[in-house]
Amino acid sequence: MTPFPLALQDLLGHWNAYIVYLLIGFAFGYVLEISGFADSRVLAAQFYFKDLTVLKVMFGAIITAMVLLFLSSGLGLLDYNLVWVNPTYLWPGIVGGLLMGVGFIVGGFCPGTSLVSAAVFKIDGIFFALGVFFGVFLFGESVGFFEGFWHSSYMGRFTLMEWLNLPTGVIVLLIVLMALFMFWGGEKLEAIFGGRNLANEPRWRYGAAGVLVLAAVAVIVIGQPSTADRWEMIENVEAARLQNREVQIHPAELLVISRDPSLNVIMLDIRSEADYNLFHILEAQHIPTLEKLSDMIPALLEEPANTVYVVMSNDETLATEAWKILRAESVPTSYLLEGGVNNWIDTFADETFKETQFKSISGTDQLAYNFSAALGSRYEFSQPDPARFDIVFTPKVELEIKRGPSGGGCG
Amino acid sequence: MTTLTTSKSTKSNGFYKRLQSLIKRQAKPYVHPYLGGILLGIVLFSAFFFTGNGLGASGGINRLIVLIEDAIYPAHIDRTAYLATMAGGDRNPLDSWVVFVTVGLMIGGFTSGLLNGRLNVTTNRGPQMPKKLRWVYAFIGGAAMGYGARLARGCTSGQALSGGAVLSVGSWAFMFAVFGGAYALAYFVRKFWN
Repeated sequence: MTPFPLALQDLLGHWNAYIVYLLIGFAFGYVLEISGFADSRVLAAQFYFKDLTVLKVMFGAIITAMVLLFLSSGLGLLDYNLVWVNPTYLWPGIVGGLLMGVGFIVGGFCPGTSLVSAAVFKIDGIFFALGVFFGVFLFGESVGFFEGFWHSSYMGRFTLMEWLNLPTGVIVLLIVLMALFMFWGGEKLEAIFGGRNLANEPRWRYGAAGVLVLAAVAVIVIGQPSTADRWEMIENVEAARLQNREVQIHPAELLVISRDPSLNVIMLDIRSEADYNLFHILEAQHIPTLEKLSDMIPALLEEPANTVYVVMSNDETLATEAWKILRAESVPTSYLLEGGVNNWIDTFADETFKETQFKSISGTDQLAYNFSAALGSRYEFSQPDPARFDIVFTPKVELEIKRGPSGGGCG
Repeated sequence: MTTLTTSKSTKSNGFYKRLQSLIKRQAKPYVHPYLGGILLGIVLFSAFFFTGNGLGASGGINRLIVLIEDAIYPAHIDRTAYLATMAGGDRNPLDSWVVFVTVGLMIGGFTSGLLNGRLNVTTNRGPQMPKKLRWVYAFIGGAAMGYGARLARGCTSGQALSGGAVLSVGSWAFMFAVFGGAYALAYFVRKFWN
């Protein structure tokens, strides 16, 4: 298992974990201040090409963090799946961004920098921060009128790699090169509009640029771990759980948890479309192939912490492979249906159905019953009444505490 | 630049003088922007590496507002879906990592100001901008920023910086929108700053 990010709440306790965030915030505020971000004139000068400190600090930070992040992910130190990637709500983001741009040039700060400015007693920073408070209050009171727009154009965890369909390392290198180009152009603009003498600029910046480019190339060479690589990292522990049948849950347990209002149960039915149409458990989602399951991982990772994922196939063969993918991709609290859909039918269907419709099957992952019509989940045993059954089973489902992100800096 | 050595010679009031010299020391110049960028990048990376979360600021402000509203008018919070997710029922709006990042941010900024001699009560403004008008515009700009930040689900730190580094499409679109909005308006408000 990748050692980072840490399960802070597990290690330190609920409130103590916040000390780490306090320290991170401290370093954040300190660095903003020494970079001059408490002075609104420094920030505003960006937009008249006189002093591009904002551009240099921001993009310098983005490329530094990005390169370190994907290097450590490539080396198996950090699990990118457990890193918070702001979900994309395209249009609310763009409209909000434009409004913030207006606020930036009129007011001279952004929310974070205004707090730093207020902390070093700048009165304009204090007024700006008060304005931010007022704007945030207004939003909370008015979002109800356009809730639809605010939730529109949702694309989930959507990365540049998926959008451009390029390997992570290539994107990292392209962004580093783009930033360096902007720095180069920015310095030229500063010389023209701000009268900056570029001869006085430190030479070490060339070295730093070179290191960043080399590191980005290293990200390409190392690559990012595939699902198979990720499974290898956890195989010791997880294969034993599979072997000891700790993760195969009885149909009766699935029935019980699926009716538990405190849990969000996601059933993933990995079978052919024909079998799914013939019969499936109520609310089971159809996933035609393991590739489709892999594509769904980012969406699955966004589900809340009380989610239980249960994969199923006709027996356990394909479901086991699916379960391995979920575990390898750090999907928490995942299980597979013991004996598959066949066992579910065997457990909940009435005796006449079982006697008349049972068929002998050869090979793995075949549906063991005949269905005369493709009624999907409209069978009584698609949605059995728990009160009618008195089945003893060993409960296995345990919610795992989510490691890593608990929401963006915006929640 | 002034140092602490002057206060060493005095015996009485040593602490007070030392404190005074700390506050009144001459302001040190800011670090080079590229160095600031690299340091900020390391902080941002550390945040992701250890916690899985990025940085944030407006989220902390948001929760402080909700805390105040909840104290004054809790029934309103419970009835408004957006607010109830933070402070509905017995939820504590301060029970969130971003609140602690925001508090740390202010302490860190203050500490740097103290150590580098940049703690002074002043209003930074363009040469043609009257002081009181600057305050008004700061407030208006802040309100636009605050509203926009919530609409976009994050401010420059939570969306642009954090989301940019982890390569979120929405965060990059957002970032260009912020710069686009500011550059589009910059010419018309040039008297504010020049």
